[in-house]
Amino acid sequence: MSIAFPKPDQAVLSNRAEILAGLSRLVANEALIVSEDERRAFETDGLTAYRRMPLAVVLPSSTAEVSEILRFCHAHGVKVVPRGAGTSLCGGAIPQEDAIVLGVSKMNRVLEVNLADRLIRVESGITNLGISQAVAHEGFFYAPDPSSQLACTIAGNIAMNSGGAHCLKYGVTTNNLLGVTLVLLDGTIVEIGGDGLDAPGYDLLGLITGSEGQLGVVTEATVRILHAAEGARPALLGFERVNDAGACVAAIIAAGIIPVALEYMDRPAIQICEAFAHAGYPLDVDAMLIVEVEGSDAEIDDMLRRIVAIAEPFHPKTIRVSQSEAESAAIWKGRKSAFGATGRVADYICMDGTIPTGQLPYVLKRIDEIAAAEGLGVANVFHAGDGNLHPLVMFDTNKPGEMEKAEHVGEEILKLCVEVGGCLTGEHGVGIEKRDLMSFQFNTADLEQQMRVRAVFDPLWLLNPAKVFPLDGRQFS
Amino acid sequence: MKVYTPRDESEAATIVAQAAAGGLRLAIGGANSKAALGRRMEVDSRLSSTQMSGVTLYEPAELVIAAKSGTPVSEVVRVLTERGQELPFEPMDYRPLLGTRMEPTIGALAAMNISGPRRIMAGAARDSLIGIRAVNGRGQVVKSGGRVMKNVTGLDLVKLLAGSWGTLGFLTEVTFKVLPRTERMATLIWRGLDDVRAIAALSRALGSPFDITGAAHLPTPDVKGSRTLIRLEGFSVSVDYRLGEVRRLLKGAGSAEILEGRGAESLWQSVRDATVLQDHAERAVWRVSTAPSKAPALAAEVARALDAQWFYDWGGGLLWIATRPEGDAGAAVVRAATRSAGGHATLLRAPDAIRDTVDVFEPQSEAIMTLQRGIKASFDPAGIFNPGRMYAGV
Ligand SMILES: Cc1cc2nc3c(=O)[nH]c(=O)nc-3n(C[C@H](O)[C@H](O)[C@H](O)COP(=O)(O)OP(=O)(O)OC[C@H]3O[C@@H](n4cnc5c(N)ncnc54)[C@H](O)[C@@H]3O)c2cc1C
Repeated sequence: MSIAFPKPDQAVLSNRAEILAGLSRLVANEALIVSEDERRAFETDGLTAYRRMPLAVVLPSSTAEVSEILRFCHAHGVKVVPRGAGTSLCGGAIPQEDAIVLGVSKMNRVLEVNLADRLIRVESGITNLGISQAVAHEGFFYAPDPSSQLACTIAGNIAMNSGGAHCLKYGVTTNNLLGVTLVLLDGTIVEIGGDGLDAPGYDLLGLITGSEGQLGVVTEATVRILHAAEGARPALLGFERVNDAGACVAAIIAAGIIPVALEYMDRPAIQICEAFAHAGYPLDVDAMLIVEVEGSDAEIDDMLRRIVAIAEPFHPKTIRVSQSEAESAAIWKGRKSAFGATGRVADYICMDGTIPTGQLPYVLKRIDEIAAAEGLGVANVFHAGDGNLHPLVMFDTNKPGEMEKAEHVGEEILKLCVEVGGCLTGEHGVGIEKRDLMSFQFNTADLEQQMRVRAVFDPLWLLNPAKVFPLDGRQFS
Repeated sequence: MKVYTPRDESEAATIVAQAAAGGLRLAIGGANSKAALGRRMEVDSRLSSTQMSGVTLYEPAELVIAAKSGTPVSEVVRVLTERGQELPFEPMDYRPLLGTRMEPTIGALAAMNISGPRRIMAGAARDSLIGIRAVNGRGQVVKSGGRVMKNVTGLDLVKLLAGSWGTLGFLTEVTFKVLPRTERMATLIWRGLDDVRAIAALSRALGSPFDITGAAHLPTPDVKGSRTLIRLEGFSVSVDYRLGEVRRLLKGAGSAEILEGRGAESLWQSVRDATVLQDHAERAVWRVSTAPSKAPALAAEVARALDAQWFYDWGGGLLWIATRPEGDAGAAVVRAATRSAGGHATLLRAPDAIRDTVDVFEPQSEAIMTLQRGIKASFDPAGIFNPGRMYAGV
C-alpha cells in the first residue's frame, strides 16, 4: 500500500457541521448523504485496495444544483471529488477525508435524440450502455464501449477518455464527443462545443476529455451516434509462438485491413478465461488473437478469408472462423470475462500501459521476467491493434507482502512501457495509481505546463486534488 | 522583417526565450502559406519551421508517422504513399483558395486542425494527431502525447495545440496516426435535388451502416444542375455491395450514376479545397459549421439577403459560403443566420481591410473567452506568439 494521500485539512474537518448545514440548504434532504454507513459506499472505486471516508456525499439533480454546490465549496475551501459510477481502475474517484463527493448518478436523463444529425444529448450520469439503449431500437449505438459499460457513466468516460474493444475503428471518447456543459469550481456554467463537428477557438472539448475531474464537473454531454453495422463476426487464431502472433497483427494491418477489434491473449489468460467461459479456446498455444470484422455476411466472409490467408505464413495452430452468433458470443465471452475470471483464481491488479506494437514480443518476455523475479504470475489481455496492454498481475492478499510485490511489478511494467516508447496509461487514467510515476514519462517542463493549464480552471486545487500530478512539485495554485 | 529559421528544437527554444525576455512579438509559422488566414496581427519578427524538416519516425505496421514540423506536407504524403498509406483526415489544400504557392508544412496542418471531406468518418487532424513537441512562450520545450494511439496520460495538450493557430506554442515535431489507403473509391451522384431534399438524403445515408466517407451537395442556381455526392471506400467487393445498398436506400432521390477514377478524385479535391465555388479566388469565403439538418435553412437565410454561392460538405455539417468581398463580406447576415441555427462561422478568405474590421472567428461567450485567455497566458505569458491571430488577447 504505497500510495500516499495528502494530509486532510484540519480546518475543513473541524468545520464539518457548518459545511453540511450549508450544503443542506442547496439540495433536497435525500440528496445529501452524511451518515457513516451510507458514505461508506463512496469510500473507494475500482481500485478497492485504497479507501478514504469522504466528508459527505452530494447527489444533485440538475446543473443549477451542481453550480450552487461548487460555488459553495469554492467559497469555503472544500475539496470536491466528482464521481460517476465509481468503476475507475486507477483510483480516480477515491475521495479524501476533507473532500465531498459530488456524484452525478441521479442526473441520468436523455435530453434529446436527433437521428438526422446522428447525435444524442444526455445528462452525464447516464450509463454508457444507457446511451446505446436509448437509440438501439433505431439501429443506432454509441461507439466507445468499455467493458464496464453496464455500470460506468458518460461523465466518467469523458473524465477518463475511456476506450473500448472497438476503438480501432471507431476511436475513443474524445473522437465521439461533440459538446459538454461544464460547471467550473466557482459555479460558472460553460457550454462547450455543440451540434457541429468543429467548435471555434481552442479545443476545450479535447482538453476536458481525459482531464480526470480536475477542470470542472461535466453535467451534460452531446455525443455522436452511429448506425450499427449489419453484422460482425470474429475469427480466432492461435499461435505457438508470441512472435508469430505479433507478426500476424502487423501483417493484417499492412494489408490494409483495419478490423473493428483485434484482441490478444497470452497462455495464462487463455487458460483462465477458458476455464471460466468454456469458449472453446485452444489450450495448447502461447498466444491467441481475436480478430473481428463488420459488414454484410458476404463482406465479412471476404474479409475473414483475407485474414486467414494473411495468417497462414505465421503457422497458426488454430484457425476458427465463427460461423454463428452463438459462436461469436462464446468467443467474446471469454475475452470480456478476463477480469472477472482472473478474479476467481487470484487477487490481481490490472495495468494499462501502451506500447508500440512492434515491441510486443520483447515486452511480453520482460513482463514475465519482472513478475517471476517477485514470484508472481501475470495474465496478459491486450488490444493488439493499438498496443494497449492489460497485464493482470496476480497475487494473494492473504500472504503478507504480496500486494506490495504486485504493486512493484505493476510499476516496473509501466516503466517498461514508457522505456520502449509507450505510455503509462492507454485508457484507465492516472488517478492516484500512476500519479507518482508521472515524472517517469514527463519531465518538469511538461508537467509544469499541464499544471499551469489545470490552474486556469481550478487555481485553488480543490477539484480532485490528490490525483494525476505528483504531490510534491505542485505549483501554480 | 527578420525571419528566424532555427535548425533544431533547442535553437528554437533559445530564440523564443530571448524574444520573450525582450517582448519581441513573433509570427509563428512554417512556410507562411497561410498568413492570409485568421485575424491580422502586428509582429516584430517571424519564427519559421522551414529549416526543421524530415520524417523522424515511420512504422507502417504501427500506423504511425512523426515528422519535424517544417516538413512539407507533400514529403509526408510521398513517404506514406510509398507504403500504401495516407493521412486519414484528408487535409484541405488552402493554396487554390488563398492564391498562394508556398508549400504547406505538416506543422501547420496540426496547428490549424485542418481536415477534409473524410472528417465525417475519420475525424480532423486533431483526431489523428497523437503526439506533439513544442516550444512554449517561456522558451521551454514541452511534449504531450507520444507515438502510440491509446494514451490518456496527463492533460491532453495535443488537442489544445491542434487548432491553436500558433498562438500557444511553436510546434517542433508532430506525430500522426495514419491509415492504409483503400483499394477502391467510388462516388454516387444524384442530380437535380434541392438543398432540403439533398441534405435529407445525405443524412439518411450517413445514418446507414454503409461507412460513407464523403457526403457533399453542390447546388446550382438552377436546381437541375445540382449534384449530390456520396463516396464509398474499401475493398472492391465491399464497395460494390454498398453502392447497391445506398442506391436502394436513396431510391426516393432518383437514380444515381457512379463516378470512379481521376474524375472522382478531382471532384472530391474540389470539394475538399472549396474550389467548386466559382470565383473562389476573388470572393470572400465563409466556413460555417452547424448541425446538418439546420444547414439548408441557414443557407437560404443567407441567400435571401446576400449575393452568395454555397455548397455543403460533411453531409451538411460544413457549409461553404462565398460572398462579395465588400463591406462586411456579409458578416452580419452570416453570423445572424448561424446564431439562429446554432453553429459557428469563420471568415476564411477576405481582403485585409475586411478582416481588420470583422470578427474572423465566431465570437465566444465571456466564460469561454476567460478560459481561452487563461490558457494563452499559461503557455505564453508575454503574449509573443501570433498575438491576436484568433481573438483579441489570444
Ligand atoms: C470491470 C471493469 C472493466 C473496465 N473496462 C474498461 C475498458 O474496457 N475501457 C476503459 O477505458 N475503462 C475501463 N474500465 C475503467 C472505468 O470503467 C472507466 O474509467 C470509466 O469511464 C469510469 O466511469 P465511472 O462512471 O465509473 O467514473 P468514476 O469511476 O466514478 O470516475 C472516474 C473519473 O471521472 C471523474 N468524474 C466522474 N464524474 C465526473 C463529472 N461529472 N465531471 C467531471 N469528472 C467526473 C472522477 O473524478 C474520476 O476521476 C473498467 C473498469 C472495470 C471495473
